[in-house]
Amino acid sequence: MSVTVRVPTILRTYTDGQAEVSVAPDVETLSGVLTALEVVAPGIRARVLDDEGKLRRFVNIYVDDDDVRFLDGLDTPTPDGTSVSVIPAVAGG
Amino acid sequence: MSTAILPSVTTITSPFGSASHLQCRECGARYSLGAEYACIECFGPLEVGYEFGTVTREQIESGPLSIWRYSALLPVSTTAALEPNLAPGFTKLVRADNLAKALGITGGLWVKDDSGNPTHSFKDRVVAVAQSAARRLGLSTLSCASTGNLANAVAAAAARGAQRSVVLIPSDLEPGKVVTTAAYGTTLIAVEGNYDDVNRLCGELIGDSVTDDWGFVNVNLRPYYAEGSKTLGYEIAEQLGWRLPQQVVIPIASGALLTKVDKGFREFIDLGLVEQTPYRIFGAQAVGCSPVEQAFRAGHDVVRPVRPDTIAKSLAIGNPADGPYALDVVRRTGGSIGAVTDEEIVEGIRLLAETEGIFAETAGGVTVATLRALVRSGELDPTAETVLLNTGDGLKTLDAVSAHVGPAGTISPSISAVVNLLGGLA
Repeated sequence: MSVTVRVPTILRTYTDGQAEVSVAPDVETLSGVLTALEVVAPGIRARVLDDEGKLRRFVNIYVDDDDVRFLDGLDTPTPDGTSVSVIPAVAGG
Repeated sequence: MSTAILPSVTTITSPFGSASHLQCRECGARYSLGAEYACIECFGPLEVGYEFGTVTREQIESGPLSIWRYSALLPVSTTAALEPNLAPGFTKLVRADNLAKALGITGGLWVKDDSGNPTHSFKDRVVAVAQSAARRLGLSTLSCASTGNLANAVAAAAARGAQRSVVLIPSDLEPGKVVTTAAYGTTLIAVEGNYDDVNRLCGELIGDSVTDDWGFVNVNLRPYYAEGSKTLGYEIAEQLGWRLPQQVVIPIASGALLTKVDKGFREFIDLGLVEQTPYRIFGAQAVGCSPVEQAFRAGHDVVRPVRPDTIAKSLAIGNPADGPYALDVVRRTGGSIGAVTDEEIVEGIRLLAETEGIFAETAGGVTVATLRALVRSGELDPTAETVLLNTGDGLKTLDAVSAHVGPAGTISPSISAVVNLLGGLA
């Protein structure tokens, strides 16, 4: 299975400048995707998750078109072909 | 992971005036001034830091009747006022005795009426500061995600500045805001989805080569942009005669306006421009999009996103990233946050219009109705002097009230018909 992860500019130092990375997670959840992403981009997981392993307050992650905070957070299912997008939270308005 | 280095010298001739650095609001990491908005360490939002020199009331009073009278307190060069811009600000602070009487407020009530800005909302303030920053940073296209007011402001400012603009809006925006943006000749893109979807798209566009020279005023220029809202706080204090009000009621969308009005008050205190007197800040939301109000009532520090469903589209931000900071300000100052229904919003619009001759957009209706609710609940002290912010013009959201107001009757053009009609109304 394959999941595409879109990486924001400020994290591309971990991905050799790549905006998108494809990973093949062992577990079909967002948590599994981040674990697989860490293998190809070491250090990136700790930028997205805090010391307790929770999603950082100012990071938004979308699985396909939905904010994972409306889904199951890190347990959100990510079946084959899913697109994941990581974006810094912006205040808007 | 290294953080950037502070500039060693800041002078008044610097491109960003007395602004000296960007700083993460979460972890405190410092960065040099640039088109950055999120902390590399923790993703926290970056805010402009300053090394203010001496600023006096006389200096400010001798400045132009616009936000540029506060240039020394903004991240702009001293020449910002001379560059093509809409010169927003210094809107009227209207004594609202009729509204005060209707609401049972005896301590004095004022409306800071920002519908008087060039494109009829407070967004002209923030865009003017972002436009200046875009010039300094070499970003030639102005862009934004918008709930409407910002779209108007960016499109108009870019036209005045002879800059290209690309404005992204939710496709279900009020028709009035679509027309009043497109009229300025911008590239207007309607995106299927709500504001949060549009905002997300802009976040993803940053870093794509197609937007290399774009300044998204409320994304990568956000640290500068947001500082423009401080000027509302400055003006309230100056127009009250260089003093702070006891209570202020402010609508909450992202939460940035509320936090920046507080920042403006605190800077005036720190600079000795006003006496340090206690003030309470109150927030106003629509029940159909009240994530910050819900967090306030529940005693939470974090704000859980919601899916907006309200006629107050300019406040319909379901995932307000400055929400936690707005909560901090409200709690620190002893204020509170109220939320009102769509029906109450319409009542608020009508009440302000009928009592003070000020026609507010839906956000203003939210604020008036929330003020009424807070007086009724006893959370806001009716004996204390209160300032209400009207952030936009009712002409932008006619749909909200068009079904509720209209002619008293349609008559033939004769005196007797007028007399008959008036008799029927009596």
